[in-house]
Amino acid sequence: MRKVVRASILSLSSALLISGATAAFAASSETDFKAAYAAAEAANKEAGSLRNQWTTTAATLADAKKAADKGDFDAGTASAKEAEALAKASIYQATSEKDAWKALEIH
Amino acid sequence: MNLRSAIQFGLAALALTAFAFGAAPSIAADTPDPVADAKAFQKYFTDRFPKLKLEDFVNGPYSMNEDMHRQWEEKEQFPPYDFGLDLGKELFSKPFKNGKSYADCFANGGIGIRQNYPYFDEKEGKVVTLELALNRCREANGEAPISYLKDDMAALTAYMAFTSRGKPFDIKIPADPRALEAYDNGKRYFYTRRGQLNFSCASCHVQNPGERIRAEILAPALGILNAMPIYRSEWGGMGTISRRFTTCNSQIRGVPLEPQSDEYRDLEYYLSYVSNGLPISGPGARP
Repeated sequence: MRKVVRASILSLSSALLISGATAAFAASSETDFKAAYAAAEAANKEAGSLRNQWTTTAATLADAKKAADKGDFDAGTASAKEAEALAKASIYQATSEKDAWKALEIH
Repeated sequence: MNLRSAIQFGLAALALTAFAFGAAPSIAADTPDPVADAKAFQKYFTDRFPKLKLEDFVNGPYSMNEDMHRQWEEKEQFPPYDFGLDLGKELFSKPFKNGKSYADCFANGGIGIRQNYPYFDEKEGKVVTLELALNRCREANGEAPISYLKDDMAALTAYMAFTSRGKPFDIKIPADPRALEAYDNGKRYFYTRRGQLNFSCASCHVQNPGERIRAEILAPALGILNAMPIYRSEWGGMGTISRRFTTCNSQIRGVPLEPQSDEYRDLEYYLSYVSNGLPISGPGARP
């Protein structure tokens, strides 16, 4: 009986470990990628409306698509999230520079 | 006028004057003053490089130290822009299919007029650059527009600049609020940081002229357009002002705007205006 309990605990622990690990690594399905990519594209479009897109955003978006086309949604999602962060930084730059540019002006 | 009314009049005038002077600073702070800007801009560079004459600034990095200046003198003996210049002369005089030519589109047949571009077209309400005017000339005569960045456009502007060498930039801002707005937009673009590297045009060409960025010596913003178009060794060929603006943007990891967009036209207007009085030296050669 003791052996059985020990075996059950071990099995449960293993199952929990495996499911936990799977949950951590399986975060990037095709759906996740699509959502991350759409968010990045939307942010980059907003940067475009401010006339302030970055080349690195476009390159990282291209990397994301390339990875997803190969079926690597983990890499695709990671790149899409990075592209969104870059696009958001370019929006922040454009917004803050609306007044900050004056600090560089020669008087 | 009796004494009493004279005193009243005097007090009213004094009050009005005090009001006017009191109100002036807040108006001045918001209203662009191109004359004061140009004066401060030129003073900044002449104070920073006291050994240079004003007209020397048009030589860009070659004006920044003696070694570079010697390189420029040697380069000018067999200038790399010569091929472009010859091509420009040929293209300029070649008639369009309808028999007309570029000369028909410009004042003085297009000779010796570079210093007047860009100008503010009050009819259109926008800045017109020389590159834009050349393509508009082509289109008005049934020819397809050419690339703004290099090749034929660089050759044509090289020839037109060459015929204007020594003539001081004479950019005018007419009494039209839209012209002042275009100037101000150009100024804002010049000083605005962009791209992932967070650089503005001023980061390199105001804050660091004469300093190295990797292997290159940065040119001062004063007179930077007087030498355009340029043959750049880095490009292995000629490039226009449009090429210079778009590559500056991509070098700082910003997506360049389309050549001759309103922003670039306004930027050229501002940068040319603050270099008023400096001679046209184009076409130029740069490392």
